Amino acid sequence: MSQLSQAEAPTPTVSDTLRETIATEVCGALGDAVVESMVKPGDDIWMRLRTDAWRSSMITLRESLGFDYFCFLSAIDWLPSPFGRGEDDPTEPAPERDTTVRPGYCGGATRMQVFVRLVSSTKHVGVTLKVDVPDDAMTIDSISNVYAGANWHERETHEMFGISFAGHPDLRNMYLPTDFEGHPLRKDFPLLARMVKPWPGIVDVEPMPGGDAGDES
Amino acid sequence: MTIVNDPLNAKLGDRERLSYIASQAADARLNVELETEGMTLNIGPQHPATHGTLRIIARLDGEQVVWAEPSCGYMHRGYEKLTEVRTFPQVTTLINRIDWLGSFANEVPFILAAEKLMGVEAPPRAQWIRTILFELSRIANVSLFLGDLGVQMGAVTPVFFAFRDREYVLDLIESATGGRFHPNFDRIGGLKDDLPAGWIQETKQVMRKMRSFCDEIESLLFGNEIFQSRTRGIGVIPRDIALQYGLSGANLRASGVDWDLRRDQDSPLAWKNADWKVFTHPDGDSFARCWVRLQETREATKIVDQLLDGIPSGPVMAKVPKIIKVPEGEAWVSTENPLGEMGYYVVSRGDVGPFRVKIRSASFNNISVVPWVLRGVYVPDIITILASLYFILGDIDR
Repeated sequence: MSQLSQAEAPTPTVSDTLRETIATEVCGALGDAVVESMVKPGDDIWMRLRTDAWRSSMITLRESLGFDYFCFLSAIDWLPSPFGRGEDDPTEPAPERDTTVRPGYCGGATRMQVFVRLVSSTKHVGVTLKVDVPDDAMTIDSISNVYAGANWHERETHEMFGISFAGHPDLRNMYLPTDFEGHPLRKDFPLLARMVKPWPGIVDVEPMPGGDAGDES
Repeated sequence: MTIVNDPLNAKLGDRERLSYIASQAADARLNVELETEGMTLNIGPQHPATHGTLRIIARLDGEQVVWAEPSCGYMHRGYEKLTEVRTFPQVTTLINRIDWLGSFANEVPFILAAEKLMGVEAPPRAQWIRTILFELSRIANVSLFLGDLGVQMGAVTPVFFAFRDREYVLDLIESATGGRFHPNFDRIGGLKDDLPAGWIQETKQVMRKMRSFCDEIESLLFGNEIFQSRTRGIGVIPRDIALQYGLSGANLRASGVDWDLRRDQDSPLAWKNADWKVFTHPDGDSFARCWVRLQETREATKIVDQLLDGIPSGPVMAKVPKIIKVPEGEAWVSTENPLGEMGYYVVSRGDVGPFRVKIRSASFNNISVVPWVLRGVYVPDIITILASLYFILGDIDR
């Protein structure tokens, strides 16, 4: 069994100075492509990139900065759901809800944001990168020819959010039938099961046997 | 009828000439038949090798695959959408069913992400029991893989051993959590309950049994000549491809990448309190993937043994409000699950339920390499390569 390698002693755990150094290094290499960046000590690095520099930044991250591991790609719809938590009584008129788009960490100017997570397989530190998707075009550049694994993730994001990826080889649906209409993970796509019948979980908080019913300690 | 350029023509009579033409025609027809045209082979969605409903469309040239594409979505349940209308404690019921063979391990990263956003930390005893149950679900999950491996190559015996011995582990999980397959035991701030009496002794016995199960599988399968010739050098995934596609877990370590999230990232769980090894293999073929998983199962039994000896005393639940509202923020937590890296990107808006949850499941990435790795392999190897990549359908489709 001589050819079988075994790992040595555990590597030391990642400290915050490491994350800050990496964030500075990435910001320096990407230049003005980084709109905003944020480091949470002991947690993660977030960055928002310019839409037109999305693909070129990925190439830099992979080729020069050592982020060789592609973790996932997905999108967030920042519009608060007009259906709330699906607990409305279907017989009553729908209540008014605040539907102003409010972005998350590192800000954002559009309703949809694509985010990707890349990790360096040697430093074991990851970075979450966000990019605004223009509201009118709903298209950003595909990164599937930078990270081959992004191919399926972009297909999934395309059918679930209706975001197009320019340069993707094949944006067929993965999960939904070909003639499916709508994009299920958009917030304004109703969850029909909740529309036709009230959610029984509304009466979820039952008193525990022997416990005090209304205490909120 | 005249055959102008045939040198034999002059010497042959009509009868011979006709038989010559017939033989030439037959040869020509045979050549046309042997000249392989493309053929499309459809495997699944109902096929024993797919552990569920995965369909693989393979275009063949003779015995070789020219192009292959898995077709998912037969089991898509839309969990990412459903989490948006659930409260945080209710989400664990859904995510239990993503990788149904290692259910407890699915709950842990989500609960850790919620705890991170709330700034709550579970008491040490809860973290240790979490780690033990996490490793038990790894043993239950991967032991089934080790048994199933033989079936894909025509060896039926190991699967009976696997089902027999996995039951001991499931019994342990059931006696601690109340659920055999879907424990739903993890809570924000700790665990639902403490361990039952006598559980520690029983677990130690079972861990001994599982180690001898690993030995049995090793001697039954891994030294077998047929097994070796069916897996060695088959389905090789180089390091660079594995990283690009985001392969994780044993699939990544079998390609020579020394990376285990249990060891290489800060985690409140108790892995750092045990002494164990991370196994890697330089080959990247089907054999390497199976071998790494076998070693990991054995290593997991050792982790459980060591942690059982040192469980700290104390409560298993931190103080959390009865109605849990998670403060605004975003958090990403991933752990080294039986199938690979499983993570949740949780966005909260200070409500009782999450605003958005992105579920990063291991099998989705692990299976996205299939079109790459199946190109050029022979038809019987499709099955062994798929088996060695090891996926659970619920983990692909979510």
